[in-house]
Amino acid sequence: MQYITLDTQTDFDGWRTAARTLVLGHVRPTDITWAVQGGEADLFAPPSPSPILEVNDGTFSVSATFVDLAKSAILHRDGERFAILYRLLWRLKDNHDLMEVATDADVAQVTAMARAVHRDEHKMHAFVRFREIGREREAHYVAWFEPEHHIVELAAPFFAKRFADRPWSILTPDLCAHWHGHALSFTPGVSKSEAPGEDRLEETWRRYYASIFNPARLKVKAMQTEMPKKYWRNLPEASIIKPLIEDAERMTGAMIANAATDPHKPQKRPEAPMKRRSATDDLEALREEAAHCRACPLYKDATQTVFGEGPNNATIMLVGEQPGDKEDLAGHPFVGPAGQMLDRALAEAGVDRKKVYVTNAVKHFKFVPRGKIRLHQKPATPAIRACRQWYEREVLAIQPELIVAMGATAAQSVLGKITPIGKTRGRLIDLPDGRRALVTVHPSYLLRLPDPKAKVLEYQRFVEDLKIAAALQKKAPRAA
Amino acid sequence: MDVQRKLEILADAAKYDASCASSGTEKRDSSDGKGMGSTAPGMGICHSYAPDGRCISLLKVLLTNACNYDCLYCVNRASSNVPRARFTIDELVKLTLDFYRRNYIEGLFLSSGIIRSPDYTMEQVVSVARKLREEHHFRGYIHLKTIPEADDALIAQAGKYADRLSINIEMPEPASLQQFAPEKDVRAIRRTMGRLRLKLDEAEENRAARTKAKPQRFAPAGQSTQMIVGADSANDHTILHTSANLYGSYKLRRVYYSAFSPIPDASRALPLRAPPLLREHRLYQADWLMRFYGFDVGEIVDDSAMLPLDIDPKLAWALRHRDRFPLDVNRASREELLRVPGFGTKAVERIIATRRTTTIRLSDLARLHVPKHKALPFIILSDHRPSSNRLDAAGLIERFKPKATQLGFGF
Ligand code: SF4
Repeated sequence: MQYITLDTQTDFDGWRTAARTLVLGHVRPTDITWAVQGGEADLFAPPSPSPILEVNDGTFSVSATFVDLAKSAILHRDGERFAILYRLLWRLKDNHDLMEVATDADVAQVTAMARAVHRDEHKMHAFVRFREIGREREAHYVAWFEPEHHIVELAAPFFAKRFADRPWSILTPDLCAHWHGHALSFTPGVSKSEAPGEDRLEETWRRYYASIFNPARLKVKAMQTEMPKKYWRNLPEASIIKPLIEDAERMTGAMIANAATDPHKPQKRPEAPMKRRSATDDLEALREEAAHCRACPLYKDATQTVFGEGPNNATIMLVGEQPGDKEDLAGHPFVGPAGQMLDRALAEAGVDRKKVYVTNAVKHFKFVPRGKIRLHQKPATPAIRACRQWYEREVLAIQPELIVAMGATAAQSVLGKITPIGKTRGRLIDLPDGRRALVTVHPSYLLRLPDPKAKVLEYQRFVEDLKIAAALQKKAPRAA
Repeated sequence: MDVQRKLEILADAAKYDASCASSGTEKRDSSDGKGMGSTAPGMGICHSYAPDGRCISLLKVLLTNACNYDCLYCVNRASSNVPRARFTIDELVKLTLDFYRRNYIEGLFLSSGIIRSPDYTMEQVVSVARKLREEHHFRGYIHLKTIPEADDALIAQAGKYADRLSINIEMPEPASLQQFAPEKDVRAIRRTMGRLRLKLDEAEENRAARTKAKPQRFAPAGQSTQMIVGADSANDHTILHTSANLYGSYKLRRVYYSAFSPIPDASRALPLRAPPLLREHRLYQADWLMRFYGFDVGEIVDDSAMLPLDIDPKLAWALRHRDRFPLDVNRASREELLRVPGFGTKAVERIIATRRTTTIRLSDLARLHVPKHKALPFIILSDHRPSSNRLDAAGLIERFKPKATQLGFGF
C-alpha cells in the first residue's frame, strides 16, 4: 500500500507529480491511499511515510480535457476525489479516447464533480456580499462566505479584476482572500465571528428586493433551484423572503378583487405635448400619407414605407422594383449594394444624380424571415397594383419628362401592364400622358450575374441605356 | 422624498419589464485600478432571485415614472393613481455605484416614463450612463431603454455607453397597440429598431475590418425587446410570427415575453386575473426551438392556433410527426437528434462525441442527462426499441401529461 500525503486540499501539482510517478511505476489504484496534511485521512497514515517512488523511465500523455477537468474536480470537497482521479488516469493510459465517453462511470463522476465546483464558484461570484468598514473614501470592504468546495483561490481573481480600486477581503472557514491594490494574498480560514456586522446599505437593498418582485407571479420553486437555501444565511435580502411570499397571495388577491378603478383624469402634463411635423409641400404630404398605407398586406412585416426621394421638379424619375433589406431599415431608396451600383452607372453615363428623383414601384419590402436574415421575395401583381397609386401621385407631383423603369416590376407599373424587358429595353417609349419611358434592367440583376464577363457586358449596356437619360437631362436642365 | 422611498416607487414601476440579462457583451475589467467593474463576454451573473423566480442581476429602475402617455397596460400611464417620483441623475449614479461596490448587482438597467419629449427623456437617460462611464469609470453592465424616435445623435451616444439597448414592441399586433396605447406608434418603434440594427451592423463591420482608427463602439450586447402576452387576444401563432419577424429584421438578441399581470389601479379595459405564466413559459420554449433547434414558426404551431399548455412544443411536434420516429440514436444525424423530445443541444453534442467510440445503451441516458420517460418512445438504442404499437397508441400523449396540474409553479 502506498500512502500519499498532499500539502493542501487544492494541491493539484502535488497530486499530478505523485500520480505520474505512480502510473509509471504500475501502482494499481487499489493500492494507494491519498491524504492531505493535517486532514482526517492523514491520521491513518503510517507513522513514517512510505519511500518516494523511483521515477521509472517512459512518459505518457493524457488529453487536455482530462487535465482541465482534474484541475477543477480536485477542488471538490469529496475526500475520494484524489483516488477517483487516479483511477481515471490509470484507465486513460490504455484508452486514449475515454474522456469522450460521456457514459463512462468515472468520466461521468469526475465531470459532475468539476461541474459542482464551477457552479459553486459561480455562486460565490454571485452571492458574496461586501460590507463597508470605515468611511467611504478609505473604506475597506469585507465579506463572509461559506463555499461548498475548495474554491476560494479559484474564485478570487474575479473579484480582483472587478474591484481593483479599493482594498477588500473575503473571509471563509477554509481560506481568506485579500486584495490591497496590487496582488491577491491568502490567509487561513477564520470563524464567522470575525466577519463584520450590517452594512448601512443593506436596508436599501432589501427595499429594492421587495419592490422589484411581482407578487402576482409567485414561483418559489424556481427561485430555490437557482438560489438554494444553503446560501441564504449570508444574503442580506434572505430575511424578507418568507414574509414576501406570505404576503404575495394576499396582495394579488386584493389587486384582482378591487383594483379596477375608473382612471382619474389624466394628470396635468408638465410641458406641451410633442409636436407633429407639418407637411411643407405636396410631396411631403404624399410621403406622410404613404407612411400609413395599408392598401396591401406588405406593410405588416416591413419596417416602414420607403418613399421616393429627390428634387420635386426633377426631369428624370428612376423607378426601381421595391426596397431591399437595407432600404427597409434606413427608410431610403437605393442605399444598399444596388444603390451603389446605380450611383456608379449614373455617374458614368453622365446623369447628375442629385437632380434625379428615385423611387420604387412597390414601397414596402417583401421577405420571409430565415433565422437572422430576411430572404427577399418578388412582389406579386396585386401588391404592384395596390401600390401603383403612390407611383401615379408621385408622377403628378413631380411632372418628370422621362421615367426610367428598372426591372420587370417597375416596367409593369410604369407601362401599366406586364412587359418583357428584352423587347422594350433601351429605347424611348411614348406614354399616354405625353411623358416618355425608358425600360432597362434593375441594378441588382447585374449584382446577381455569376459570370464576370457577362457582368461587365451587361453593366456597359446598362450605362448605355442611362446615357439616353443623360442626353435628355442635358437638353432640359430643369432641376437647378 | 428620500432616496429609499424613490427607489421603492421606481423599482416597483420597472418590475413589469421582463428583461434581466447581463450577458453577451464585450470583456472588460478594472484591473488598471481606475474605476470599478467588469463584464464577461458569456453569461452574466444573477446576484439574487426574487420569489417570482426571476433573476436579479441589474438595478432595474425607471428614471421617473411620470409619463405623458396613457398606455392601458402600463402601471405608469398618465391616468394611473400610483405615487410618482423622479431620481436625480446623481442619486441614481450613486445608488448604482453603492450597490455594485457591495456586489449586489452587475450593473444598471435604466428605463423611463416619457416626459416633455422623446429627446429630452432620452437625453436624461443617456446622462446617467455618461456620468457612470466617464466620471466614475464604471465598467459594469448598462442596459438603456431607447425612446422611440429619439434623435439619431442621442441614440449614437446611448450605444456608446450602453452594453445593450432595447425598445419594447409591447403588443404582438399593431392593432392591439393602437387600441391599448393610442399614442404609441408601432411604425416609430420599428423604425427605431431598424436604425439600431444599422448601427449595430456598422459597428460589427468596423470590428471585423479592424481599421486602425478605433471603431465607434455601439451596444456590444445588441438589442432586445419585450412583448406583453395575454392582455390582448393575439394567439401564439401571431406572437411567434411577430418574434420570427423581429429576430430576422433587427437581429434581436432576445424577445422577452411578459405575461400580462394585474397591476395596481388597473384600467377596466384589461383582464384582471392571474397572469398566464404557463403560456409565457411555452412561448419561451417555442422561441428557443426557433433560435437553437432550427424550427420554423409554421412547424411549431398552426395558423391561428395556440401552443398546447399540457406538453412542451417539441413534444407536441414529435407527436404530430410520429412517422419520423423512432430514431436510432447511434445513427441519426445531428438535425434529427435535435428534434427528439428531451434531447437538448448539449445532450446531442455528448451523444455525437460518445458514439464515436462506443455504442449508446439504455442505461447511459441518465449520464447523458436525458429525461428517459420523455425520450424512450421516440428512440432506438442498442438494447431498446419501443414496441411498434406504442408510437401509434392514441394514449401516448396521456403518458406525458403532468399528473397534478399546478399551473405556473415550479417549472
Ligand atoms: S406595398 Fe404599397 S400598397 Fe402595399 S402597403 Fe406598402 S405602400 Fe401600401
